[in-house]
Formats: sequence, structure tokens, C-alpha cells
Amino acid sequence: MIRLSGIERVFRVGEEEVHALRGIELEIARGEYLSLMGPSGSGKSTLLNVIGLLDRPNAGRYELDGRDVTGLDDDELSRARREKMGFVFQFFHLVARLTAAQNIELPMVLAGIEPGERKQRLARLLSAYGLEARAHHRPDQLSGGQCQRVAIARAMSMGPSVILADEPTGNLDRHTGQEVMAVLERVHHGGGSVVLVTHDPEIGARAQRRLRMVDGAIVGDERG
Amino acid sequence: MRLADTLGFAWQVVRGYRARTLLILLAMGIGVAAVVAVSSIGEGARLYVVNQFGSLGTHLVIVLPGRSETAGAMPGVLIGKTPRDLTIEDALALKRSPAIRRLAPLIVGAGDVRVGARNRETPVLGSTSELMDIRHMAMAQGQFLPPGDPRHSQPVCVVGAKVATELFAGRSALGEWLRVGDRRFRVVGILATQGESLGFNTDEIVIVPLAAAQALFNTEALFRILVEAKSREQIAIAQSDIEEILRERHEGKREVTVITQDAVLATFDRILRALTLAVGGLAAISLAVAGILIMNVMLISVTQRRHEIGLLKALGATGANIRLMFFTEAVLLALGGALLGLAVGKLGQLFIGQLFPSIPFTAPWWAVIAAPLTAIGTAVLFSVAPARRAARLDPVRALSKR
Repeated sequence: MIRLSGIERVFRVGEEEVHALRGIELEIARGEYLSLMGPSGSGKSTLLNVIGLLDRPNAGRYELDGRDVTGLDDDELSRARREKMGFVFQFFHLVARLTAAQNIELPMVLAGIEPGERKQRLARLLSAYGLEARAHHRPDQLSGGQCQRVAIARAMSMGPSVILADEPTGNLDRHTGQEVMAVLERVHHGGGSVVLVTHDPEIGARAQRRLRMVDGAIVGDERG
Repeated sequence: MRLADTLGFAWQVVRGYRARTLLILLAMGIGVAAVVAVSSIGEGARLYVVNQFGSLGTHLVIVLPGRSETAGAMPGVLIGKTPRDLTIEDALALKRSPAIRRLAPLIVGAGDVRVGARNRETPVLGSTSELMDIRHMAMAQGQFLPPGDPRHSQPVCVVGAKVATELFAGRSALGEWLRVGDRRFRVVGILATQGESLGFNTDEIVIVPLAAAQALFNTEALFRILVEAKSREQIAIAQSDIEEILRERHEGKREVTVITQDAVLATFDRILRALTLAVGGLAAISLAVAGILIMNVMLISVTQRRHEIGLLKALGATGANIRLMFFTEAVLLALGGALLGLAVGKLGQLFIGQLFPSIPFTAPWWAVIAAPLTAIGTAVLFSVAPARRAARLDPVRALSKR
């Protein structure tokens, strides 16, 4: 589903060049549950952003569902993200003035989906993530766990190829973190692909495939 | 993204940031209100002047002796050379023209007016009964000069309100006699107070029959002939008829100047209209200021909302989506501000109208249409830069900064 070859990402910081990604070779199959671990600054978030089409590599080739997406322009990338990617962030990134339901609906609104169709999908998502009672609450009236469930429901709303989660438990207590992981794993059990960035070994160990990164390169790839 | 959803989203933003929304509504509102109020004051002044001219007499044509090459704006200051005088016969001959409703020959001089021991130097007008209708004069007491052949006269006169009170010192002037020069006149009417209108203060004049004035000032020559055309359309016909008739009578020479009230009025109308446009334009500058404020607030908003914009882009919003959101927001704000401004402007206009009831304040239609359009135009124009900046935000950087 995802094939990265020879991916390089270089940031300029003042005079210095920082190699955030060096010669990344990676294939991710449909339905895989994969964790990306490594010390901070190892490039795991940058890799996630490249996979998520938020960031462009300086060199290399990226194939997504059999299509080369390396040379797409901004708007094409936006559309590709809309169709294929679901993001879950550490700080939830919900729009504060919108209700839970409106936040979940947002990707469908941006994609221009008919209101009738939206309502049906929204109802399914609210019940799937146990948010029916909270649909009309704003984020500041929700607990951290509920916020992250809203974010996951939002990520799922367009039926993406892969869910990309950047430290999804980083801002939650242990217990709530476990709950959120259970929700993400349900997505995986339902046949979805999940790529998870974390620096918590316990969380990372739950994935079937575990990548280790150091200094922008993949140094370990464990399965099972 | 669907248009209804874009509108809904912008509406949520406008409602979500109350203080910011109020600030912009206020700025826009003041701009639009200023344009409406200022232009309605200008328009009111124009209508006031036009009405004042109307009160001089409608469809007025003034005949002056002498041919003048340079024309002035005020009928009172036009002086031409006088090769041959205008006479009563000339005036009566003008009645042949079918375009003329009525006319009043006029002689003006200064007279020493005396009642007992009191005396006063005042302007003395010699004219006929028709002067009253042509100049729209009103009587406080009694009657105007009696109608009749202008070549013969009765010893009667009409006095202005001030003349009556000053000379008769509290006694009723009506029916009393006064002396102008060496002739005696009985007061048959007192004019209602009208104040100044183009050169004459009607409160301070004495009006005597034309023939009496001719004898008093020892002259046959008329100062003016005031002519009233039958309608506005007939003014031009009356003018050419007058020139024709008088040329015939003066052996083919064109020895009179004919001016129409319309020409003078049109000049004033043009000047005041230009003035209204100019002050309206000045007020429109405040709209541009409001536009710059919108741009600033929008730029701040882009900075404040960079997380949200980054998120929207991550969720699949294209640059065009983001730009359209910002434009919609600006148009909503401008529209609200324009409506507010129109309401406030209207209220201001009513308020000024209460202070100066004699001036007909009305906002000209062009201001009512142009002010809101300008507001929306500036709002869109000045939100181009913020919208572009928002659309170009890099989602990774927008999301990562806390």
C-alpha cells in the first residue's frame, strides 16, 4: 500500500543542514499495525508527516496505493490527504468553537459531501466511538479521552487507507491512554492500517511491527 | 466544499470571536453611516437652495434693459448699458405672448418715507398687483395693490412689516396715510414677514403703484420686468417671444437682456451636487480606513488561528477552500457593518432633521447603494493578503508550534 524508497528530508536551520531522514526504505502493507519509536529528534515525526503527505521529501520516491505521489502539488496533496489519510494528534487539534459532531463532520464538509450522506456517516461514527451523548458538547466540555475519541472518529470519517497517530497518548494519563489505544486497535482489527509514533516503549510494544529510528535512519524492524 | 458549508463555517467564526466581530462591525458601520449622513446633509442643502429659488417665483423670467454680454449669477447685480429705456408699453406688449401667464413691471428707487414727525429712508418699489403672485408674497393684513391699468394709479401703498411697526410705532398702520417724497399714500396692506430673498428684504420696503413711482422718481424707464411663464416647458418659448416682441418695438435692435431663473437654479444645482459628491467621497475615506482595519484584524486572526488552518489543511482543505473561507468571513462582516451603518446613518439623518426641520435631509440613492458596495468591496480587497497568507501556511509548521 505504501512504498518509500530512498527518502531524504533535509531541513535548513540557519547555516546548518539537518538530515531529518536518510535513505528511508519502507513498505507498509494494508492492514498493518506499525509503531515508530526512537529518541526525540530521531525523525519519527518527520517520517510520519512524509507518509501523511503533510511534508515533501527532498529526494526519493513515494508510492501510495500504486500511484506515485512524490510530485503532487499542494492542492493535489490536500485532496489525497482528504481521501487516504486520517490524522490523530497528541494535542487532539479539535476546533474549539465547534461541537464534537461538527468536528467529526469537518473532513466530510471540506470534501463537499452531501449533508444527507454526512448525517448518516456521522450517526454511525458517533455510535461506533460511544460519543452519542457527547455529540453536542464542545471540546472544552469533554475529557481528554473523549477528545481523542472525537479525533479518531474524525480521522475515520472519510474511510482512509491509513490512520497516522502522532503520540496519541502523550497528553493523556495512563488509564485513558490505554482506552484510546484500545480504540485505535479496534480500527486495526476492523481491517484498517495504523501507523503510530510514540516514545513510550509499553505503547510501542503493542504493535505487531515495530520500527526503531535513530538519527533519521531506520535501525530496527521487528515483527510478531 | 459546498457554498452553504463555507457560509456556515464563516458564520461560526464570526459568532465565535465576539470582540473582533464587534470591532469590525463598528468600524464598517461608522464608515457607511458617515457616507450616508454626510451625503444626506449635502443633498438636504441642495434641496433647500432649490426650494428657496422656487419661493422666489416659479417659472420666472427677468427682463433687464440693456444688452449685457457678461452674465452674472444674481439678477440684482446685472448692469447693462441702456441705449433705450424699457417702458410700460413694452411691458404691456409682452402680454401678446401665449407662453406668458402674467408679468409685473418694476421700478426701484430710494424714498424718504414720512409719518408725522417720523421719517425713514427705504427702498420704494413701483409695480402692479401681479407682483404679489409672481414673487409669492403673502399679506399679514389688508390687501395688495389693486388691479387696474398700470398707466393710472391710485394713491395707495403696501408696506413691509418692519416699516409698519417702526413708522407707526404700535398703532395699526392699516388705513393710515404716509408720505413718500411729496406724495401721499394710504396704507392698504402690510406684508407678512418673509425676510431676505435675493437682494430685497421685503420687511423694509414700500410698494406703490407703478405710475405713482414713475411720477415720484420722475422717470419713464422700468428697472425690470418680471415675467412668469405658464409652465416650466414654456420658459424657453416665453424667453424667445420676449426677445422677438421687444426687438420689433425697438426697431430691430436687441436692447434687452432676458435671464431665466432656471439657468441660475441649474448652476446652483450643479455646484451643490458636486459638493455633496465631494463630501461623500471624503466620508468614503473612512471606509478605506475600515478596510485597513479589517485587513489588520484578519492578519492577526490568521496568526491566532494558525493551528486551525494547519488542521484544516491536514484534513484536506485546499488553498482555494481556505481563501474562500476568509473572503466569506470578510463579506459577512462587511455586510453586517453596512446594514448597521445604514441604520445608524438613517437615525443620524432623522436626528439632524429634528434639529433643522426646514432643511429636507434625504440620503441620495447613489449613496445608499454605493456605501455598502464600497464597504464590501474594500473588505474583500483588504482580505486578499490575509487569505493568501492563510492558504499558503505549511500544515506541519502550523500544527507543531504551540
